[in-house]
Amino acid sequence: MIDNSILRNEEKAIFALRELYGKYGYKPFKMSKFEEYEFYIQNKDFLVSDRIIAFNDTNGKLLALKPDVTLSIIKNGEDIDGFKQKVCYNENVYRVSENTHQFKEIMQTGVECIGDINLYDIYEMIVMAAESLSLISDDFVLEISHLGLLSSLLDNICKNSSFKNEAIKYISDKNAHDLARICDENDVAENDKNALQKFVSIYGERNNVLQELETLDEYVNKDNMNILKTLSYMLDNLSCSGKIKFDFSAVSDMNYYNGIVFKGYINGLSQSVLTGGQYDNLLYKMGRKSGAIGFAIYLDLLEDLPNEKAGYDVDVLLLCDDKTENAVLINTVNDIINNGKTVSVQTADTGKIRYKELKNIKGGV
Amino acid sequence: MLNVALPKGRLGEKVYAMFEAAGYECPSIKENNRKLIFENEERGVRYFWVKPSDVAIYVERGAADIGVAGKDILLEYAPDVYELLDLNLGKCRMAVAAPNEFHDDEQKTLKVATKFTNIAANYYASLGREIDIIKLNGSIEIAPILKLSDVIVDIVETGTTLKENNLEVKSEIVPISARLIANKSSFKFKGDDIEKIVESIKKQVQAND
Repeated sequence: MIDNSILRNEEKAIFALRELYGKYGYKPFKMSKFEEYEFYIQNKDFLVSDRIIAFNDTNGKLLALKPDVTLSIIKNGEDIDGFKQKVCYNENVYRVSENTHQFKEIMQTGVECIGDINLYDIYEMIVMAAESLSLISDDFVLEISHLGLLSSLLDNICKNSSFKNEAIKYISDKNAHDLARICDENDVAENDKNALQKFVSIYGERNNVLQELETLDEYVNKDNMNILKTLSYMLDNLSCSGKIKFDFSAVSDMNYYNGIVFKGYINGLSQSVLTGGQYDNLLYKMGRKSGAIGFAIYLDLLEDLPNEKAGYDVDVLLLCDDKTENAVLINTVNDIINNGKTVSVQTADTGKIRYKELKNIKGGV
Repeated sequence: MLNVALPKGRLGEKVYAMFEAAGYECPSIKENNRKLIFENEERGVRYFWVKPSDVAIYVERGAADIGVAGKDILLEYAPDVYELLDLNLGKCRMAVAAPNEFHDDEQKTLKVATKFTNIAANYYASLGREIDIIKLNGSIEIAPILKLSDVIVDIVETGTTLKENNLEVKSEIVPISARLIANKSSFKFKGDDIEKIVESIKKQVQAND
């Protein structure tokens, strides 16, 4: 039996999350470490970065270390009426870090549901996302947005695509002042400009957001609004319902995502640890008829969470020397371990090991 | 405790005055010493002075919950932060400048000297113009005089330095001013405090307009 206390945060999360996804019928999906390079080149619009680690296989074929998991899962699936492929995974992906501009190995855990997606599937995915976050920390926020609602609102105000792209960027930054500036530059009517400004300021508790959105009813698509209302109602019964909010600044790449998208934050971590949503566009581009929804958790970020065991490396630092009899040393080590403590056998206290208790059996017979 | 990264210098002092007026005073910050971190436990606020170009990094990485950074820095480094308010301080513009007699020969690659390589690259990409970027760290104005570049992309405040070096603004790229930014995760968990500050400072900005 593995003692949970020796596991790092990300290791604990892997076990707990796999158990959680199994409860909802999501089967682990093990994939190969490499994909054909050509596959990513064909689908590079859907990758976070187009920089990929490529190498030649022994037969000369150009392969790549996976920069993304979802693409590989979709590639291997098929569309069957009435069937939803439900998988979970725990894989490393290789991407260029935005900070260091060098390749980085990122440990990712996630789930994907591919098939004829309905509102229950969206609800189930959001529940699993919220439960995933609560397994990592009680202090979390999951924010939900609807890209269709955002897109139709902007289409109602200005059809110019460069305006739309800039507006989306400013909405994701909660930047009302630059949003107002580009409205003026693009001769957007005062009423429309005010509606956009208002839209940026709407976020937080779900019912409040829905009420505020009602005041923008001439701009907001009714079908999308109804999806948000029904979803919010379905989520009301969850014990963590108050931590699930609406925030339209949670904008994800619109090449990849459509419909409901969401991001999860944990107090103490500086960026979102969970990203997900509906990605029907990706399946359509790959010639599939199905819809899809999923999310990924970036486990490497959990390193920054405080660890209860920080402060020392072992319970006992046991010092011995050449004169210590082996039998005495072995018995002492076994006694310490049998008492539920950890021990490091050394010949000197060099300051490299942090310990609670020092035991010296030098010269011991 | 709310952590606030302020840009060292005159702009930072003006910004602190706004926080003070918003009810988040920290008298020890006015003491004449070389300390960089100041805390008022009662008000639940901790200020620290950092290099202006580093504010966005402190905020993006969560070492600071909020901070004040120039729009030039935000455009150049594109940190993943919320940009909550235009403080209307430190107003200037990002512009293309060149010698007064400069004529753009569109058949040739344009040589652009700048500290702001991303802003310059994005601007000329939007025009579909082929450029050669020359990254400089200071005294940008002498680049076209010494024929190192055809034009420069730089911050222009009054235009005096340009004038004294026989340069003039050829086109404006974007207006620049100081912006109040927030870490996205901090905003989820300390949103009430941050919004209170934003509302109070917003009123001060509107009153100054």
